[in-house]
Amino acid sequence: MEKRVVFQSKWLPYALLAPQIVVTVIFFFWPAAQAVYYSFLVQDAFGTSSQFVWFQNFTELFHDGRYVESFKVTVLFSTLVAVSGLAISLLLATAADRVVRGAMAYKTLLIWPYAVAPAIAGVLWAFLFAPSIGIVTYLLKKMGIDWNWIINSEQAMLLVVIAAVWKQISYNFLFFLAGLQSIPRALMEAAAIDGASPTRRFWTIVFPLLSPTTFFLLVVNIVYAFFDTFGVIDATTQGGPAASTQILVYKVYHDGVKAADLGSSSAQSVILMLIVITLTVVQFRFVEKKVQY
Amino acid sequence: MVENRPVLRFFQHLILIVGVIIVAFPLYVTFVASTLTYDQIVTVPMPLLPGDQLWANYSQVLTAGSQKGSSAPVSAMLVNSFIVAIGVALGKISISIISAFAIVYFRFPGRTFFFWMIFVTLMLPIEVRIIPTFKVASDLGLLDSYAGLTLPLIASATATFLFRQFFLTIPDELAEAARIDGAGPLRFFWDVVVPLSKTNMAALFVILFIHGWNQYLWPLLITGQESMYTVVIGIKRMIAGGDASNEWNLIMATAILALLPPALVVVLMQKWFVKGLVDTEK
Repeated sequence: MEKRVVFQSKWLPYALLAPQIVVTVIFFFWPAAQAVYYSFLVQDAFGTSSQFVWFQNFTELFHDGRYVESFKVTVLFSTLVAVSGLAISLLLATAADRVVRGAMAYKTLLIWPYAVAPAIAGVLWAFLFAPSIGIVTYLLKKMGIDWNWIINSEQAMLLVVIAAVWKQISYNFLFFLAGLQSIPRALMEAAAIDGASPTRRFWTIVFPLLSPTTFFLLVVNIVYAFFDTFGVIDATTQGGPAASTQILVYKVYHDGVKAADLGSSSAQSVILMLIVITLTVVQFRFVEKKVQY
Repeated sequence: MVENRPVLRFFQHLILIVGVIIVAFPLYVTFVASTLTYDQIVTVPMPLLPGDQLWANYSQVLTAGSQKGSSAPVSAMLVNSFIVAIGVALGKISISIISAFAIVYFRFPGRTFFFWMIFVTLMLPIEVRIIPTFKVASDLGLLDSYAGLTLPLIASATATFLFRQFFLTIPDELAEAARIDGAGPLRFFWDVVVPLSKTNMAALFVILFIHGWNQYLWPLLITGQESMYTVVIGIKRMIAGGDASNEWNLIMATAILALLPPALVVVLMQKWFVKGLVDTEK
């Protein structure tokens, strides 16, 4: 789409664009280019000299058991976050779509966790599940479950998934609700008159019509689990125990900042960039097909 | 409703009530913990009704911070968080509204190139280029400064994209009329485009405020001095190690203070919030 009426000026559009372009070049393109450059270098232990090594950092990564492990952890983590987050939100949105009384109150009470920072969400859940004093730990002990996420890797994974999903429910809920409300009532009424039960109506009408929203949310949730959950992990498990919750973003941070291995960390950044670019392209391909929300 | 099914309706309310309780439970326990003494929290199980230490805990963290972890007062961190959140929100809105205006209302060489240049940044979240960005910020002397906390976060393709989409819906007759009346582009921008964009700006402000307030990784790297901590970083610094040795009463009071401003923004400006959320993702 283009404007028919435009203004003429030799310099004004450049002046208007300048602030954004300057910030973008300094803080996006320059660092991204450097990440790519560093990913081809190996530095000696003192950081005084570096050597150009082509793809050595990358091949080393894929031969490194810990990196492959981190990949698996990330895939497991993002699948759990996306699938359980979507399922719970869809259940809540379907219920909220039909209630008449108190709809607004339910909505308000369900959307506020969006405002909570991932790191704080992590702190809240870490406290509830704290091995010695947590209130949920206490209840679990009463039921005979020995809970200690500091040493048990499955429980650590469960904890970060719960905290990450809890924070994302409100977002998914709002989009599902908007999607449900755009489904024409006449369709549902016609199906009801034909004698289709609410469950059947859900699977044969609502769910297929909702698939654009679901797909969109799936991509958003995977991106969320890949990148935005850094705070959740850093405030709770810090990637442990034994790297069982060390997702890729956390490993970039750990190797680059704590272990100061610039080449490897940059190579990991480049791989992550490729993943984000793929996800973004998938999402846009899809949005271009003009789906209705 | 399509039909009347009391049992189904009952289950819908049940699901929602259970959902609301699960969502609210951590907040409730956090609030209760922030009103107890340390000794009350470490008794297992901790009390589930508020205690009488509300004033003591909150005034302690606001004025003096915690004792074992970071000792910076939380009131200063809250000020930092406000400066960063408002700086990021206003910065993003102002640089993207003018660049979107340039892209929509002018024809000039390189227009498509610049549009894509901005657009591509959508694909590079700060998490993936964190170490080189840190180097750049450090070379520019931006460590431990408000500029360092906000500037790298204010370039955003989403806001530019949103304004572009909105400008395309402004009727051409308005620009035509302005031109006939002899108004230049800047006059048109201030007197027509900006007032028409108020709704979009408000919605965007709500989302960006929350986004800026909740930043974690970037402030974590770029702030070394306690006086520059934002509240989300401050809370992390209070957690010293083992689970029972933390001063949970103070940490939880800080958590409440850290999540209250953005939560109030969401609840009180719900209309703008929902609009902003849906718009920015389209």
